[in-house]
Amino acid sequence: MAKVLVIGEQLNGALSAATPKVVACAQALNPESIDVALFGAGDLAGAAEAAAKFAGVGKVLTVSNPANEHPLAAVLAPQIEALISEGGYTHVLASSSTTGKDVLPRVAAKLGVTQVTDIMAVHGANSFTRPTYAGNALVTVEVPEGQIVLGTVRGASWQAAEEGGSGAVESRELGVELPSHTRFVSQETSKSDRPDLQTAPKVVSGGRGVGSEENFKVIFSLADKLGAAVGASRAAVDAGYVPNEMQVGQTGKIIAPELYVAVGISGAIQHLAGIKDAGTIVAINKDEEAPIFEIADVGLVGDLFEVLPALEKELS
Amino acid sequence: MKVLVGVKRVVDYNVRVQVKPDGSGVATEGVKMSVNPFDEIAIEEALRMKSAGKADEVIAVSIGPQAAQEQLRTALAMGADRAILVETDQTLEPLTVARVFKALVDQEQPGLVILGKQAIDDDAGQTPQMLAALWDRPQATFASKVEIEGESAKVTREVDLGLETIEIDLPAVISADLRLNEPRYVKLPDIMKAKKKPIGTHTLEELGVEIAPALKPVKTEAPQARQGGHKVESVSELVAELKNKGLI
Ligand SMILES: Cc1cc2nc3c(=O)[nH]c(=O)nc-3n(C[C@H](O)[C@H](O)[C@H](O)COP(=O)(O)OP(=O)(O)OC[C@H]3O[C@@H](n4cnc5c(N)ncnc54)[C@H](O)[C@@H]3O)c2cc1C
Ligand SMILES: Nc1ncnc2c1ncn2[C@@H]1O[C@H](COP(=O)(O)O)[C@@H](O)[C@H]1O
Repeated sequence: MAKVLVIGEQLNGALSAATPKVVACAQALNPESIDVALFGAGDLAGAAEAAAKFAGVGKVLTVSNPANEHPLAAVLAPQIEALISEGGYTHVLASSSTTGKDVLPRVAAKLGVTQVTDIMAVHGANSFTRPTYAGNALVTVEVPEGQIVLGTVRGASWQAAEEGGSGAVESRELGVELPSHTRFVSQETSKSDRPDLQTAPKVVSGGRGVGSEENFKVIFSLADKLGAAVGASRAAVDAGYVPNEMQVGQTGKIIAPELYVAVGISGAIQHLAGIKDAGTIVAINKDEEAPIFEIADVGLVGDLFEVLPALEKELS
Repeated sequence: MKVLVGVKRVVDYNVRVQVKPDGSGVATEGVKMSVNPFDEIAIEEALRMKSAGKADEVIAVSIGPQAAQEQLRTALAMGADRAILVETDQTLEPLTVARVFKALVDQEQPGLVILGKQAIDDDAGQTPQMLAALWDRPQATFASKVEIEGESAKVTREVDLGLETIEIDLPAVISADLRLNEPRYVKLPDIMKAKKKPIGTHTLEELGVEIAPALKPVKTEAPQARQGGHKVESVSELVAELKNKGLI
């Protein structure tokens, strides 16, 4: 039977929204046990309590260490390896967040296995479906029998795990030597009171058609009216209209809101890769031939600078 | 300092790939092949380091079929000094590719290896981190800015929260993200000149690389196609429809 270790994530002591989805994937393995590891520098009690509540979680292992203040892969990897070897896990799952994607392959290489990236579905203890070619070909793969499974979990494919558990919280001191060759310098995060792009039920995204950083205010304004998060195409980010963390797509965030409104976005396959799981896609574009209309549930051909103000008016 | 860059031959990013009806994979016959877009960015970054006097030699590496010479020629035409083809007709997974890079690192002793953050065919995003692990050296993934400062480098990374800057000691592995730079266009005279540049070839056996246990692909399928809906004629129709669906 499977013994799963989930690499949890926390920010400022709160459990990240990605972790419940990783736990859901772990639950789908019908395992004997699920443990969740949490790394940080400060008090991890709040995040640990939240993680302990998911159904099936046996233990939450907290590793508090000043070196873990910022998640550096080279620093986390040896600690994860230590937890794996003492816990005898058959499966280790992390989120397909930038942290998970950074660290898990580093652990996999040390263990001599290839990782299963972006798990979309579980068909058994060693059979998984994952996307390739920007989500245009879904491959079901089997991990060789008897081999430890390391995988990252594609958040947009999973609902947050069911609660109903009461796991134990244990703090761990790991006597492993940590490298000093990788050092955190600084972080730039744009503060916003808007909903989080990755979990918001509604998202409004702007593309190159918006034309400038200044013009992007029409996108923010519509989003605020709808209570939506704001996203963007790569072209809009490249042009400097908005920061990188707002990029949606193959190499940006992969999201599954109930409502996605694409404004001035043409609909390149790399962008669509990020919104395939959205409930309803609305496209507003002045080019009636734009490929986004081929997949949008509702399309409106028009100039966004006329459509958006009119839309806001109708909404109030 | 030598810089090794990865050059994977992949289906061009503009191609809409077709899944084979028998579920055995993706049709690649007669399909346009190119340098993985992230690898073009990696090459460009190495070339800029060379022009800035931070690197002496840029070596392009591809692991793949003989046809991957085409992609190496592109790298040479962009300005790489020489190329290495590790020839194999097998499709190799990231861990084996990382082992090949590790063997070449042992031979060439580079100060930096720059790979793409992911190959757009397998979308695995593992090779750079795996190489860093096998080499026991730092990794800076998803890089959008790199500054070499003597024996170390300052790298800005695109992370979910925004931008993070880390400092890594060299030698190290960097994985290139989209906004690291804009790769140059290759000009015709450069293509001619590149024909004279050397491409060394190796086999896995020569490098002593053992193929890692692979994930077994059981079935490949196309995702459920999204049915395009319809167009509405006006803003009020749009609002009515969204209200109808209970979305606003
Ligand atoms: C390896 C790789 C990875 C990539 N990853 C991503 C990714 O993660 N996410 C992503 O988004 N892209 C990604 N791309 C880029 C992608 O291929 C497209 O270039 C990009 O999505 C285009 O952005 P856009 O639709 O905003 O711009 P464009 O394609 O230029 O489209 C702009 C649209 O705006 C419309 N428009 C202009 N003015 C108006 C107006 N006044 N009113 C209404 N409509 C207007 C136009 O008709 C047009 O359809 C990637 C590319 C590569 C090679
Ligand atoms: N066969 C290959 N030949 C050369 N470089 C490769 C190969 N496979 C992977 N790489 C490098 O590793 C990066 C990430 O690939 P992957 O881990 O497969 O997503 C690519 O962008 C390349 O730089």
